[in-house]
Amino acid sequence: MEQGVEPRSRMGGRMKFIIGGLLIIIAIVYLIISSTKANAQYFYTVDELKSRGQSVIGQNVRISGAVVGDSIQYDPQSLALSFTIANVPADNKQIEAQGGLAKVLHDAVTDSGRTRMQTVYMGPKPDLLRDEAQAIMTGHIGDDGVFYADELLLKCPTKYEEALPSQSAP
Amino acid sequence: MVANLGFGTLIITFLVTIYGSIAAFIGARRNSPALVDSARNAMLLTFPLLSITALSVIFLLVNGHFEVKYVTEVSSKSMPLYLRLTALWGGQAGSLLFWSWLMSAFASAVMLRKWNRDREFLPWVILVSMITLAFFLILSIFVENPFVSFWQSPTGNITTSMFQPAGATLFFPQDGNGLNPLLRHPGMIIHPPMLYLGFVAFVIPYAFAMAALITGRTDDRWIRITRRWTLVAWIFLSLGLVLGAWWAYDVLGWGGYWGWDPVEIAAFMPWLTGTAFLHSVMIQEKRGMLKQWNMVLIILTYDLVIFGTFLTRSGVLSSVHAFAQSAIGPLFFGFIGLTFLASFSLLSRRWNDLKSEVEISSWFSREALFLLNNLLFMGIFIVCFWGVIFPIISEALGIVGQGIPALAGIFTGQKVTVGPPYYERATAPLFAGLLLLMGVVPLSAWGSSTSKTLGRLVWKPFVASLVVIIALLLGGMRSWPAILGFWLASFVVFVIFHEFWRAAWARHKSKGENLLRALWLLVGKNRRRYGGYIIHLGIVVMALGIIGIELFQTETQGTIPQGGELKLGQYTIRFDKLSVWDTNDGRNIALADVSVYKGGKFIGQLHPRRDYYYESQQPMTIAGLRSTPEDDLYVLLVDWQPLSTSAATFKIYHNPLVWWLWFGVGVLIFGTIVAAWPNAEREKVIIPKSVPETSKA
Repeated sequence: MEQGVEPRSRMGGRMKFIIGGLLIIIAIVYLIISSTKANAQYFYTVDELKSRGQSVIGQNVRISGAVVGDSIQYDPQSLALSFTIANVPADNKQIEAQGGLAKVLHDAVTDSGRTRMQTVYMGPKPDLLRDEAQAIMTGHIGDDGVFYADELLLKCPTKYEEALPSQSAP
Repeated sequence: MVANLGFGTLIITFLVTIYGSIAAFIGARRNSPALVDSARNAMLLTFPLLSITALSVIFLLVNGHFEVKYVTEVSSKSMPLYLRLTALWGGQAGSLLFWSWLMSAFASAVMLRKWNRDREFLPWVILVSMITLAFFLILSIFVENPFVSFWQSPTGNITTSMFQPAGATLFFPQDGNGLNPLLRHPGMIIHPPMLYLGFVAFVIPYAFAMAALITGRTDDRWIRITRRWTLVAWIFLSLGLVLGAWWAYDVLGWGGYWGWDPVEIAAFMPWLTGTAFLHSVMIQEKRGMLKQWNMVLIILTYDLVIFGTFLTRSGVLSSVHAFAQSAIGPLFFGFIGLTFLASFSLLSRRWNDLKSEVEISSWFSREALFLLNNLLFMGIFIVCFWGVIFPIISEALGIVGQGIPALAGIFTGQKVTVGPPYYERATAPLFAGLLLLMGVVPLSAWGSSTSKTLGRLVWKPFVASLVVIIALLLGGMRSWPAILGFWLASFVVFVIFHEFWRAAWARHKSKGENLLRALWLLVGKNRRRYGGYIIHLGIVVMALGIIGIELFQTETQGTIPQGGELKLGQYTIRFDKLSVWDTNDGRNIALADVSVYKGGKFIGQLHPRRDYYYESQQPMTIAGLRSTPEDDLYVLLVDWQPLSTSAATFKIYHNPLVWWLWFGVGVLIFGTIVAAWPNAEREKVIIPKSVPETSKA
């Protein structure tokens, strides 16, 4: 019964669905592009951020660096946390070439010639914040050249699955 | 000894998979049932063999054989037995082996089914499963061998190797590194097995799909055979995801459950395509449409499963899940590329056989709405995939951004990432669309539903759901995303209850059964449909929890002296006491007693605490949690003065409705059991019926 109607309307019917589908796809693509633009965060190393100077002040960026243990200061009353990070490469390949993340972080902290940056974060001190951890932060640079972090992620690569045991044989 | 036994059986299993693949292939080509049976036996043999291997690893872990590198990496003397057992999947080498073990179990279970009617699929299903298994065994043997031991050379150097280097002796470390404390949680102990069960179970429908393409039996036979496998895969994957979320909520101490971490997304992507597949196969069964599309979906799901296993276990992306860097990346990409190409070339060969038997005739027909559902699932998948690859693309294709200024914000030529706000913004409308469809589709009909027929059925639940909006507005809610979300959720719930009611009432009227009995028989008669409705209810219930925590979470933090108070909304917490002590399993525990008051009335005590693990120098924050259907109060002990225990810092989250997120999972499981419950009698009815059905269309 339907068969008789279909041939006549087939082309028109199909067009209708193709156009409808395309509209939905366009909507999804628009959603992706606009959300990407609105939320893209530039990822810098300490070196890159410093070298950009004035142009990045106030801009929302991501930064990563090695935490210098001695510099960690925390006031539990005001929950103000500040520490210094030292420059580490952002590229995984580069990190591998320099002997793995643990070594790169260690070198960055012990080498006083590396570019360093003062950072401030308001909030409880995270569990993983310690010497030679990798800090990945989102925030902005203030006029004073200090990095104000809104979000603080930490990675400690040394503990699991990498280090050879240091104990001697029994 | 045991290490050698385990490694030996691993090698033997690998040889068996090679033999099985060849036997299956030749058996199919030469039409030799004897060879195919032999391949089938080979498949059945892989499970006991890999059990020996896996049990060897467990033996080494339980008995503290720290001379084995993997044992040192993931366990320590102070770990209790259950953690040593589950350390099998605590690290990369072990979890890859665990993957293979589960894979062999599932493939063996498939071998045990009755193959009478579809013998021609058998060799190809074996071949596909064997190749997948062989790939993972290669990883275990050559790259991530869990049996590698420490050896000490005469000069004192310590090396790792499977076999004894000349002159070297076994090196016995005194203790292992221990499992990351964050992973010592019930959610984390069962999260990986669930996820992996979901992963490996999706290999089965894929194997059948490939068998259908190779043999040219491209009717819906393969779909009917694998329907329950797909459901099983789906529920395990769902459970794996939710358990991971529960773990994050309970352990990570940031008051959330899902962070759009690339690794979470890696596990979520096969779920998205798998769920789309689960829906779109129904259109093929009922209407003979979307056959090509279903093939695309299952191929995608399979390769996303492999990709997901890779991402979770390779450390290629920085995240909480990542283990150490490893050499398995190129192998994984090689395998994914190869299977992807092979699958699609098979698909292109059969492309014309897979043409639809009918065309969509109405926007309001069930098939059109299912198609829309598929588009939305694919949309969310693409959002996720784009989010994961965007940093790579953006950096590599900076030249496009320079050429086209409008796209300069996309193709930047620099390191860029997108965070949770991107995913939330881009997926929220799509999820809302899916909720709406969940309400409308059960009311639509196959073939030719029109806006009129659909409208007649929709209006009652629609009007009922409008009442919810009014109630929310009168209750003072002004957040429009929340109102939209709650409205959609209530709409779906009304539709589903209305559907149950309508059908049960009809039976009651026509057959004189009492209503409950009518309902029972009704569900029994069409488990798949009503099981599906129950699953939808579960999803809606979970959505309530997600809306609650995403849109209404509030938090506060502060340092208070003993006896001091901290307020959040209706709640007040009072810091009573802090005790700090050492345990005999290498932890230092700081435990706070906190009294909770709601509206001035005492409602109980919470005990947020922090465990400090000496061996790994890592603290772990465990929230004091009061969970009710109305809201969760989530109190973290963040810090305290080490010398005096008189002041401590707390962070408090108020998470409305999140209880429903976990409760919904129970509904989800129940619905899946209803939908997948074996029913031999019904199976017999379905098959002859399907023949005239498809030929008519």
